[in-house]
Amino acid sequence: MAAAQSKNMTTLQVKRFKPSENPTNTYLTDEKGVWAWMTTVDHKKIGLMYLVAVAFFFALAGFLAIALRTELWTPAKTFIEADTYNQLFTLHGAMMVFFVLVPSIPAALGNFVLPMQLGAKDVAFPRLNLASFYIYVIGAVFTFISLANNGFDTGWTFYTPYSSDTNSLGVIWVTLGVFILGFSSILTGTNFITTIHKLRAPGITWDKLPLNIWALYATSVIQVLATPVLAITILLLSMENILDIGIFDPAKGGDPVLYQHFFWFYSHPAVYIMIVPGFGIISEVITTFSKKHIFGYWAIALSSLAIAFIGFLVWGHHMFTSGQSAVATTVFSFLTFLVGIPTGIKILNWVATLYKGSIEMKTPMLYVFIFLFLFTIGGFTGIMLGALSVDIHLHDTYYVVAHFHYVMMGGTLMALLAGLHYWWPKMTGKMYNETLGKISAVLIFIGFNMTFLPQFVMGAQGMPRRYYNYIDQFQPFHQTSTIGSYILGAAFLIILYYLVRSLFGGEKASANPWNSRGLEWQATSPPDFHNFDHTPVVINGPYDYHKPMEEFQLGLAVEHNGHGHGEHHEVKTDQTEKA
Amino acid sequence: MANHSASHPAHVQHHFVDSDQQFESAKMGMWVFLVNEILFFGGLFCAYIVFRAWYPELFTQAALELNKLWGGVNTIVLIGSSLTVAMAIRSAQKNQIKGLRINLLITIALACVFMVIKYFEYEHKLHLGIAPGSFWNPTPEILEELSHPKANIFFGIYYMMTGVHGLHVLVGIGLMIWLYIRAGKGHFSSEYYTPVEITGLYWHLVDLIWIFLFPLLYLIE
Ligand code: HEM
Ligand SMILES: [Cu+2]
Repeated sequence: MAAAQSKNMTTLQVKRFKPSENPTNTYLTDEKGVWAWMTTVDHKKIGLMYLVAVAFFFALAGFLAIALRTELWTPAKTFIEADTYNQLFTLHGAMMVFFVLVPSIPAALGNFVLPMQLGAKDVAFPRLNLASFYIYVIGAVFTFISLANNGFDTGWTFYTPYSSDTNSLGVIWVTLGVFILGFSSILTGTNFITTIHKLRAPGITWDKLPLNIWALYATSVIQVLATPVLAITILLLSMENILDIGIFDPAKGGDPVLYQHFFWFYSHPAVYIMIVPGFGIISEVITTFSKKHIFGYWAIALSSLAIAFIGFLVWGHHMFTSGQSAVATTVFSFLTFLVGIPTGIKILNWVATLYKGSIEMKTPMLYVFIFLFLFTIGGFTGIMLGALSVDIHLHDTYYVVAHFHYVMMGGTLMALLAGLHYWWPKMTGKMYNETLGKISAVLIFIGFNMTFLPQFVMGAQGMPRRYYNYIDQFQPFHQTSTIGSYILGAAFLIILYYLVRSLFGGEKASANPWNSRGLEWQATSPPDFHNFDHTPVVINGPYDYHKPMEEFQLGLAVEHNGHGHGEHHEVKTDQTEKA
Repeated sequence: MANHSASHPAHVQHHFVDSDQQFESAKMGMWVFLVNEILFFGGLFCAYIVFRAWYPELFTQAALELNKLWGGVNTIVLIGSSLTVAMAIRSAQKNQIKGLRINLLITIALACVFMVIKYFEYEHKLHLGIAPGSFWNPTPEILEELSHPKANIFFGIYYMMTGVHGLHVLVGIGLMIWLYIRAGKGHFSSEYYTPVEITGLYWHLVDLIWIFLFPLLYLIE
């Protein structure tokens, strides 16, 4: 760029910082002991703590899923009572959504990599970050207290009057728990937005942001705009139970459809809180393992924001059969179709990125392919559900169950697994076992489709969701589905096994095992307490695979606040914009 | 990077490059949080709009039970406190720590006046049995004025809105006491007064929300 535009240009003295392959001081060795962990404000440790918590809830909710599927082996009672069944599916859904998927990618992986990808030392508000973790824990405690007080069997959506008439003590505790949990999500979002705006390293202009950051940005915007509405909804619902104020419960003069509007005004955007960060991971992994520039950088970056925006206008598609006006349903249906466009844009750009790339089929990449396949099915079936006449038939059937599992498990969870394997060496400094990684990925693919493909079929044939009994005609589908869920369970156990084993006996990871151009890979594995031992300077885009690695390892030769790092000063000039 | 902080001023946290970056970040964080708050109250306003559209006569009837005079006084009190909190920030910018503390004290006092008035308003209503939800048990005279069968819903909304707002006032009072103590310990100067600035932003929002609540609840006819 010409020196004429001097207003935004600064000349920086930079030199190359090659990450050490044998870091002596890492964030894992820096402070030791349980107390140091519990009070840490380091975004990497908080990310790991979230990861463990999320994995715990995933295991718990997954275990419930296996129990549910086992119960459905026969048309009548197999081993648990109908009441228990209702409680289990509610708990499964609520935990998977609120305790696993919503925090999983942003709060666990995002917390770890976001500051590193920005070349920052931490998020903008490290103490709030720690607070968000504890708020999450308190929310979890409330949910467990609810279980000790009759539990709750309202479905994860807490629709009135189910949630205002039955078991109100359990419902009060869990809704307060979800209310509290919301704040942890809000804090993460607020933190990320501020960090992205204010803490970028020299040279990281908006057009050089990794797509993962764009995705987390869009997610944070949704978190900040939608979560408070859930908070007030849930607070009103709790008050409905505690004080009987009568805003949502028809028996008290309220309106249950109003509740549904309030709930879905949050919860449809919330499905994008779950999936959009997954999109970010896909962009990172797909470029790294194709060794190629991303196709359509701006299309992918901006479509995340478009999805965030349109996502706020489609909540009514959950209420086509709830007695909404005909005009409203038509408008919502049309807007729902619109969401398909930015989503489709992303998929096509990813596929185009693969074209003529030198593809390396490592485990993370395998998960990307699984994601592309499953999420596309999930998205298409979503569009079908958005069609009014079709939805009248399919609403509240297993078709909807299959749809959201294809997007949430086939989409978000596969992206999470891709990201987890991709960043595992960076987070832990150890390599996982590639062979076992691939075997379990394939098992997951098989198990997943076995579990959920039959659900499309039986849903279309009229099998209602959330039923404890069913007619004999559906038994083969249910049994296939149950066997599939066992395969899934086994695959997750394998993953748990080799990941934990890698911590103890795993091969040591190099700083950049995948030869990625991403900034987070230019730190040591595992990183230093401050992420980098210099201030990184960025002159290339994050996907410039045609440029040599040296150009991605630059940092300020002289520290901003005075003290230099001595040695050789390789001087370069460069255009940088201060955020 | 171990002794990086050596050249930082004391108030700058380790992960910020300089004081400006920290100030800008804090301010932006607070703005994002305020957006959050607006949506949070937005849900309540939405419930208000829906029920008012359904039962307009209920709202005009029930609003008569609210005391316009004391509501009005409270509005003036809060607007005044917004002024004093702005003056507190001004004092901090000019490095007048004494002025900062005095203005904070006045703001705290005004906020307490607001809460005391609110307490007496609540107290009076509860006394008449105009209580939320299942505690709804108005005296016969009140029932005559409040003949609408859904009158309790109006008050459900009233208590939720003013109650949640009142909680925000209490949080504000807590924050300002904390600022007052820190100012006494000499933590603030014209170089560093970020907490004062962002608490001020918060306080203005709390004030602004009341300015919407007051006419919507008290002044409809
Ligand atoms: C192309 C994008 C999508 C479209 C057009 C779409 C459309 C729909 C529609 C119309 C329904 C309502 C079906 C009914 O209840 O009758 C629905 C349900 C659902 N969708 Fe999607 N969807 C999309 C993507 C997603 C994503 C990405 C997620 C989550 C990651 C998701 C999660 C869900 C969930 C959880 C439900 C069921 C909620 C419940 O009733 O329990 N969807 N979707
Ligand atoms: Cu939706």
